Amino acid sequence: MGPIIPNELIPAEWNFVFAILIGIAFGFIMEASGFSSSRKLVGVFYGYDFAVLKVFLTATIVAVIGLHYLDYLNWINMDQLFVQPTYLWAALVGGFIMGIGFLAGGFCPGTSLCAVGIGKIDGIVFTVGLFIGILIFSESFLWLKPLYENSFLGHITLDETLNVSPYLIIFIFTLIALLAFFISDIVRKRVKKVFY
Amino acid sequence: MEKTNQKNRHVYWNPYFGGFLLGLLIIFTFYITGRGLGASGAVKSGVVTVVNKVSPEHTENNAYYKKFIDGENSPMNNWLVFEALGVIMGAFLSGAVTGRIKLKTQHSPKITAKRRLVFALIGGLLFGFGAQIARGCTSGAALSGISVLATAGFISMMAIFGTGYLVAYFFRKNWI
Repeated sequence: MGPIIPNELIPAEWNFVFAILIGIAFGFIMEASGFSSSRKLVGVFYGYDFAVLKVFLTATIVAVIGLHYLDYLNWINMDQLFVQPTYLWAALVGGFIMGIGFLAGGFCPGTSLCAVGIGKIDGIVFTVGLFIGILIFSESFLWLKPLYENSFLGHITLDETLNVSPYLIIFIFTLIALLAFFISDIVRKRVKKVFY
Repeated sequence: MEKTNQKNRHVYWNPYFGGFLLGLLIIFTFYITGRGLGASGAVKSGVVTVVNKVSPEHTENNAYYKKFIDGENSPMNNWLVFEALGVIMGAFLSGAVTGRIKLKTQHSPKITAKRRLVFALIGGLLFGFGAQIARGCTSGAALSGISVLATAGFISMMAIFGTGYLVAYFFRKNWI
């Protein structure tokens, strides 16, 4: 039963082989979907291109339904999958800063690596920016530590937070995504086209 | 052949198809490793490695770097670093088959390449900084987090995209 490396069904040395193969697939899918282009990515914020919204929401819905289905079939144990800890204020403030960075820089870390792969200079410069930003954070860690470590709520999932069934959340999330797809197509027709 | 490639340089996959494949990849990644995808963590490993090379005492005295230093084992010997190298290779492959590989700065005709690069640097800086506070970026926190219904994933996603819509107006000259 999965996950297979934590359960030692194959040797741990395979981990790095899978890391590279998974990375290649990840980079290929992102590039082929247009994520190496900053002007395509930010289109979601101006209404002229909704590729980010469609790829992101489709991927999360497929993943969340698929993982729960595999759990139901006993092929994977959901309890063994890593759930990142929730630090309420850190997630909010960090997300806020990332949102500004997204609009200023036109990439997020994964997509900037993608842009590096096809030779975009703006992608390379963004990645250098990431490096500097992480350096600044680490050097001022003492000062940021309260924000980073307070408001810890545990390794919780949304169904535990709201105290409802995970299936209900998946169902509602899917409905919201379908509605977003529908609305995005209407918006795109009304917004002036941008060529890039 | 070359001509059709050049003509179709900017024809990308149907986003639902790309999203579907990405979803399958996330399932596969969790099935194999028990964790999701990531990106900013690899750059963090790079930062820790460089700082540790320049001054090992400094990393020893900093509570944040110290988390990622593990004796003789290099911080670069890390799952996400290998995955990130794969991302660059995968993007290169996709760019190679579609003829999109070119050393260039992409920017709106209304702004100069220099302005684009200055903003790319500032944007990267903010994104790197924010991703450390939130313990993950769009890939690690939002995409992988939501795949296991992590509360932090939903908060990060809404904070990133919500802020994006809030501030989009101020950056409009750069993009439209």
